[in-house]
Amino acid sequence: MTSAAEASTSPIAISIEKKLEMYRMMLDARLFEEKAHKLFFEGLVKGTSHLALGQEAVAAGFAAAMREDDLTFCTYRGHTHTLLRGAPMDRLMAELLGRSTGICGGKGGSMHLTDVTVGAMGSYAIVGAHLPIAAGAAWAAQARGTDQVAVAFFGDGATNIGAFHEALNLAAVWNLPVVFVCENNLYMEYTPIGAVTAVPHPAADRAAAYGLEGVILDGNDIEAVYTIAMRALEHARSGNGPVLIEAKTYRHGGHSRADPGKYRPDEEVEAWLQRDPIPAFRSRLEASGVATATLDQIEAASDAAVEAATEAARNAPYPDPTTLETEVWADGGSAWRN
Amino acid sequence: MTERNIAQALNDALDVALADPSVVLLGEDVGRTGGVFRVSDGLQQRHGAARVIDTPVAESGIVGAAFGMAVAGLRPVAEIQFMGFSYPAYDQIVSHVARIRNRSRHRFTAPMVIRIPYGAGIGAAEHHSESTETIYAHTPGLKVVVPSTPYDAKGMLLAAVADPDPVIFLEPIRLYRAVKGEVPDGHYAVSLDEAELVADGTDVTLVGYGAMMREVRRTVEALAAEGVSAAAVDLRTLAPLDLDPVVASVERTGRCVVVHEAPRTGGLAGEIVASVQERALYSLRAPIERVTGWDTVVPLRRSEHHYVPTVERIVAAVHRTLEA
Ligand SMILES: Cc1ncc(C[n+]2csc(CCOP(=O)(O)OP(=O)(O)O)c2C)c(N)n1
Ligand SMILES: [Mg+2]
Repeated sequence: MTSAAEASTSPIAISIEKKLEMYRMMLDARLFEEKAHKLFFEGLVKGTSHLALGQEAVAAGFAAAMREDDLTFCTYRGHTHTLLRGAPMDRLMAELLGRSTGICGGKGGSMHLTDVTVGAMGSYAIVGAHLPIAAGAAWAAQARGTDQVAVAFFGDGATNIGAFHEALNLAAVWNLPVVFVCENNLYMEYTPIGAVTAVPHPAADRAAAYGLEGVILDGNDIEAVYTIAMRALEHARSGNGPVLIEAKTYRHGGHSRADPGKYRPDEEVEAWLQRDPIPAFRSRLEASGVATATLDQIEAASDAAVEAATEAARNAPYPDPTTLETEVWADGGSAWRN
Repeated sequence: MTERNIAQALNDALDVALADPSVVLLGEDVGRTGGVFRVSDGLQQRHGAARVIDTPVAESGIVGAAFGMAVAGLRPVAEIQFMGFSYPAYDQIVSHVARIRNRSRHRFTAPMVIRIPYGAGIGAAEHHSESTETIYAHTPGLKVVVPSTPYDAKGMLLAAVADPDPVIFLEPIRLYRAVKGEVPDGHYAVSLDEAELVADGTDVTLVGYGAMMREVRRTVEALAAEGVSAAAVDLRTLAPLDLDPVVASVERTGRCVVVHEAPRTGGLAGEIVASVQERALYSLRAPIERVTGWDTVVPLRRSEHHYVPTVERIVAAVHRTLEA
C-alpha cells in the first residue's frame, strides 16, 4: 500500500464524463452561492451565511470522488458540500430563506444544512466540533463493516482548537477510515491565520504529531483535488487509517454576511481571483478539445437549476409557529417534561 | 457626559480599564478588527497588541490563559464571540475559574471578566442566539451580571474588571445599538450586587434583566395606557441575585411576573419565583407568572419573535394575575 503522499504524485486517469460532471458541480456550487449572496442583500436569507465562493473545487473534487454512501461532515461554510453530495437544491435554497420546505424545515438555516439521506451528516457551526464526530462515524462504519469513509471539511482556523487535535489522535490511534480536509483560505474570520498559528501550514505541519503525513494540495485545481481525494479515500477505505489533507484556497468574498473582507490586501485578493478554479478548469477542458458549446450548455443548465430552486424557495411558506414546539424529543414534541 | 449606545459604552469602559497596565483584553478578532460586534474597536491601535490580544479560535485556551494571567497578577478581560461558543471553555470556567478561591483556601483568586454577547438578535439560531445564563448562575464562585442600559454597561464592566472574583459579563446583542443614553466620561462603577427598581407601581411587579428589559419597559407603558400601574425591576446581577427590591415591591403590589428569554425549565425565573414566595407569600394575591422562551432550540430569525417573549405575552400574564 502506498502512502497518501506518494500516491498523490502519481496521476490518475479522469474520464471526460467525470470531468464534465465536476465542471457541472463547480458551476452549481458557484451559481448557488452567488444567488445566496444576492438574496442576502435582498433581506431574504434569514440569519447569516458563509459563502464558499472561490473554494468550490474542494467540495466538488471530493464529492465527485466519494462513494454514494460515504459520510460528509462540514462547517457553517457548508452549502456547497451539502449540495454536491446530492441534497436537493430547491430544499437547500428554501432552508437559507427559512421556509418550511427547507431541508431542515426552516429551523436551522444556512449554518445547519443537513441531509443524512445523501450522507451530508451536518454542517457544524461550532468550530472543530465535527472532527471527533467524524472519527466516531468512521469507527461506526468500521465496526459495522460498511466500508464507508467519513470525510470532514474544516477551515485553517479550526486547527487551533482542541477538538482538532483530539480527533486526529483518536483517528490515528484507532486507525479509522476518516479523511480530514483542511480548506486553508488563509483567514480565520478576519485574522490572518499566520498571525495566530505556530507553524506555516496549519494542518499539514501538525500531521507528524499524529504519525500522519502532511499532504498539501492546490485546492483551486479540481483535478488535483479529485486525484488526492481518490487516493485518500482508497487509503482510508482499505484500512490504512486516517489521512490529513491541507488544500490551499481562498474565499472570494468576506467571512460572512455583509463582510466586505477589507482586512485583506488588494494584491492578495487580485492574485487569488486570477486563480479562480472555474475559469482555470474551463480553459483546460477547452484545450483538451471539449466544445465551448458543451460547457456553455452545462453553465446554462446550472443557471436554470439555481433559478428554479430560488423561485420555488421564494414562493414557499414560512414555518408554522407551532413547529417551534416540535422535534425536541423522540415523541416529536417539546413538552415532555412540563 | 457623552451620548453612547451600549456597544460604545462598553468600548469606552474597556478603554478606561486599559489605563491600568494590569488589564489585558483577549479574544478572537478583538484586536485588528475590534471584535465581531466592534466592541473593542480601536483599542489595539491605542493600547498595543500586547494589551489587546488577537487569539486563535480556541475558547478553552482563551479562558484558560486568562485564568492563568489572573492568578499571576493581571486582570484579564476575555471575550467569547457568542454564548454558544462559551461551551468549549466551560470546563475551564466551571472546574477552575469558579473554584480557585475556594480550592486554594483563599490564597488565589481569579480577578477576571469573561464577556459574552448573548440572546437572540442576529437571527442566526442556536449558538448565535441563545441565552443560557442559568448554567453559569448555577455555578458557585461565578458572578453573573447583565446590563440593559449604556450607563450600567460601562459602570458594571468597570466594576467587573475591578472585582476580586471572576465575573461572567453578559452583553445583550439586541440592545448593543438599540438604546442610547448619557454616559459619564472617565471612571465610575455600578455595584454588581444590586437590582434596580426602574419603574414604581402599585398593581404588579415585573422582573426582568438584560435584553428583555426593553420589552419589560414597554410593558410598563402599555399597562399604564390601560390604567394598570406596574413596577419593574432590572435585576442586573443574576448571581448573586438581589431580590430585595423585588420583595419590597411585591409586598405593595401583591402580583409578580418574571420575564426571561431563556427556556422555561430550570430557568432563573424558577429560582426567583421560589425566593419571592419564601419571602413574600402572604403578600401575594395571585400565583407568580413566568413569561419565558420555550423549551426548545432558538430558531432562525423568521420564527425568533415567536420564541422571544413579547410585550403582548407579558401583558397577558399580567392580566392573568389581575384576574386571579
Ligand atoms: C467554537 C467557536 N468559536 C468561535 C466561532 C466563531 N467563528 C465562526 S467561523 C470562525 C473562523 C473560523 O475560521 P476557519 O476555521 O479558517 O474557517 P473559514 O471560516 O475560513 O472557512 C470563527 C472564529 C465558532 N463558530 N465556534
Ligand atoms: Mg479560514
